[in-house]
Amino acid sequence: MKTIFTAIRASVVLMLLCGLLYPLVTTGVAGTLFPKQAKGSLIEVNGAYVGSELIAQDFTSRKLFHPRVSNAKYDPTASAGSNVNVTSPDYVNGMLEKIDALKQENPNLKDIPADLVTVSGSGFDPDLSPEAAKAQVPRISKETGISEQQLNDLVDDHTQSRQLGVFGEPRVNVTEINMSLMKQVSP
Amino acid sequence: MGIGFVQVAITLIIIMLLVKPVGSYLVKVFQQEKTGLDRVFGPVERLLYRLMGVRENETMGWKMYAGAVLLSNFVMMLLLYLVLRLQGHLPLNPDGVSNMGAAQAFNTATSFITNTNWQSYSGENGLSYLSQLLAVTFPMFTSAATGFAVAVAFIRGLVGRQDNLGNFYVDMVRGITRVFLPLSFIVALFLVFQGIPQTFQGAVDVTTLEGAKQTITRGLVASLESVKHLGTNGGGWFGTNAAHPFENPTPLSNVVHIVCMMLLPTALVYAFGLMVRNKKQGWAVFGAMGLIFVVMLTIAFVSEYKGVTALDTAGLHGNMEGKEVRFGEAQSALFTTVTTAATTGSVNNMHESLTPMGGFVPLAEMMLNNVFGGKGVGLLNGLLYLILTVFICGLMVGRTPEFLGKKIEGKEVKLAAIALLIHPLIILAPTALALSTPAAIASISNGGTHGISEVLYAFTSGSANNGSAFAGLNANTDFYNVGIGLVMLFGRYISIIAMLAIAGSLAVKRIVPVTTGTLRTNTPLFTGILIMIILVIGALTFFPALALGPIAEQLGMPK
Repeated sequence: MKTIFTAIRASVVLMLLCGLLYPLVTTGVAGTLFPKQAKGSLIEVNGAYVGSELIAQDFTSRKLFHPRVSNAKYDPTASAGSNVNVTSPDYVNGMLEKIDALKQENPNLKDIPADLVTVSGSGFDPDLSPEAAKAQVPRISKETGISEQQLNDLVDDHTQSRQLGVFGEPRVNVTEINMSLMKQVSP
Repeated sequence: MGIGFVQVAITLIIIMLLVKPVGSYLVKVFQQEKTGLDRVFGPVERLLYRLMGVRENETMGWKMYAGAVLLSNFVMMLLLYLVLRLQGHLPLNPDGVSNMGAAQAFNTATSFITNTNWQSYSGENGLSYLSQLLAVTFPMFTSAATGFAVAVAFIRGLVGRQDNLGNFYVDMVRGITRVFLPLSFIVALFLVFQGIPQTFQGAVDVTTLEGAKQTITRGLVASLESVKHLGTNGGGWFGTNAAHPFENPTPLSNVVHIVCMMLLPTALVYAFGLMVRNKKQGWAVFGAMGLIFVVMLTIAFVSEYKGVTALDTAGLHGNMEGKEVRFGEAQSALFTTVTTAATTGSVNNMHESLTPMGGFVPLAEMMLNNVFGGKGVGLLNGLLYLILTVFICGLMVGRTPEFLGKKIEGKEVKLAAIALLIHPLIILAPTALALSTPAAIASISNGGTHGISEVLYAFTSGSANNGSAFAGLNANTDFYNVGIGLVMLFGRYISIIAMLAIAGSLAVKRIVPVTTGTLRTNTPLFTGILIMIILVIGALTFFPALALGPIAEQLGMPK
């Protein structure tokens, strides 16, 4: 009987310590040190939130950069990857069609930036590879009249290099580059 | 691929550099050696013991120790179940989530108490904040500490003179106060710095730049993420786990996640060497695990860079389906290999969309279940194979097998065989059952061999207490909720009881003096034999199932 009481008391005590006290203290300290990140890295424009730096949002205008395909339709209340089988004939054929379409829009494209045609893992990948961003430059240039040179420079300006020089891959935050672009064009 | 290789190498070097200092620290924690930290932790621990009604000096034999493990875990599981069932009525529910159904709550409570973290729900719409704290974050500490405690108890049995395995509650508390809580707190702060949210505020509605509505879900994510990886738990706040930018915002957070996963399982192997006063023995086991790990990592790394042959020919290189740009193939392949080696089960890319051999790696590692492995139990599984190897070698040279001076006899081998065979049994039998049950087949999303992999992966993940998934499978059905729930329970507790029984039996044996005829178990030769035994037993058990899944798929890859 005593062993049962010990088990119950231990469970409740540890539940309060690890399940409430620890997250509570962490929230307090983290919120003081890094208030912006703790709230979700939200982007504020004229006093209203327009999104989060870390969460992709949909861009459909042909004058803007498009983020990676989202299986969650960019809705953070239901994150989802595609979970397709990459060796199935359906997938491979679908990809080949996408590759053809891209090459028609952009005949100079030799290698296809893989992230441009594949679905992201989370559904909210906020980034594109610089190659995937530049692959969209001819379309945006045609729609907006901004020269390809200027758009390529814009991509270079917004390219974050590998962290500490080695970790991860170079990337362009789509929401941020579009915010810059929208200063010059209205979608 | 070059810079990818450098990233992987640097990460592995960081892990290797931490093995010795952390391993030595673990020994101090669990051998209860006096340190300067006692002045900080001592009073806290004494307060906790008083609140729990635990007498610090009381020691336990193997039966009592196993009883305490089971009883405490059962009580906690009950608490988790209640929180999940009632979450809709309880406070801290800013997003208005409703109560969880019975089968799914059973599955989830089982999942977190067994350190599996299989999730048939999506956190952003299936759990209240209170559930994320009390039914997820809390058991992440205790299940990891339980695994640690059991491993330490087993080692005490190996070197002990009597059936005295220590005190389970003291082991668990010290693991939490001196390892998991302080580390989790520091890592959580770093993760917030990198961009992981940590707030009680609920979701925020925004109007996007193109004028659409977006509801951005948030939460106390960082405090969960840190212990999720330090405790090799793996369950995410969000459905897409560590692929989600709020769980893993930068390459650096990814590296920290990976290092956290490997930190304690690798250090524990070194600590084992110290505790049995035979460092070479620790390194012999480490070598076997490390070698298998490196081979697996290479397979995953190369496969994901190569991608699908037919698409590679068309100019699309590598496999980025289900991956995130900031991680690319290298950080994704490394994460996949580590999360299934350390049986964490978090994912930073969708395993269902890995190439066939890229998907083979996590499956195979979970089947072997001893490539470093989860908190404590990984080391136990490694030692299980070691006992078996000693036994087989003993038979070959015609001597009574011994390990660390203790004779391995019929009783120990029988218990080891039970612990060893339960794993394939509860993977293959339920997989076969599922593949012959129409309701279970209906959950499969991808057809053909890939569908077989989906189901095989689910039960392997459950039995290995891993928790990662081929997430196309709709696992939120009564069949999978209850089936995988039971598999997780058996996978966790049967081997724990068997191992503690072995420890109790070895503890009371006299130490046999080392002679020239003693089989040396700490040499490179022995490490080689150990690897062979692991691979042969693994292959004999699982090759037919793997041949139907990833291997068949690799052979049929579109050219």
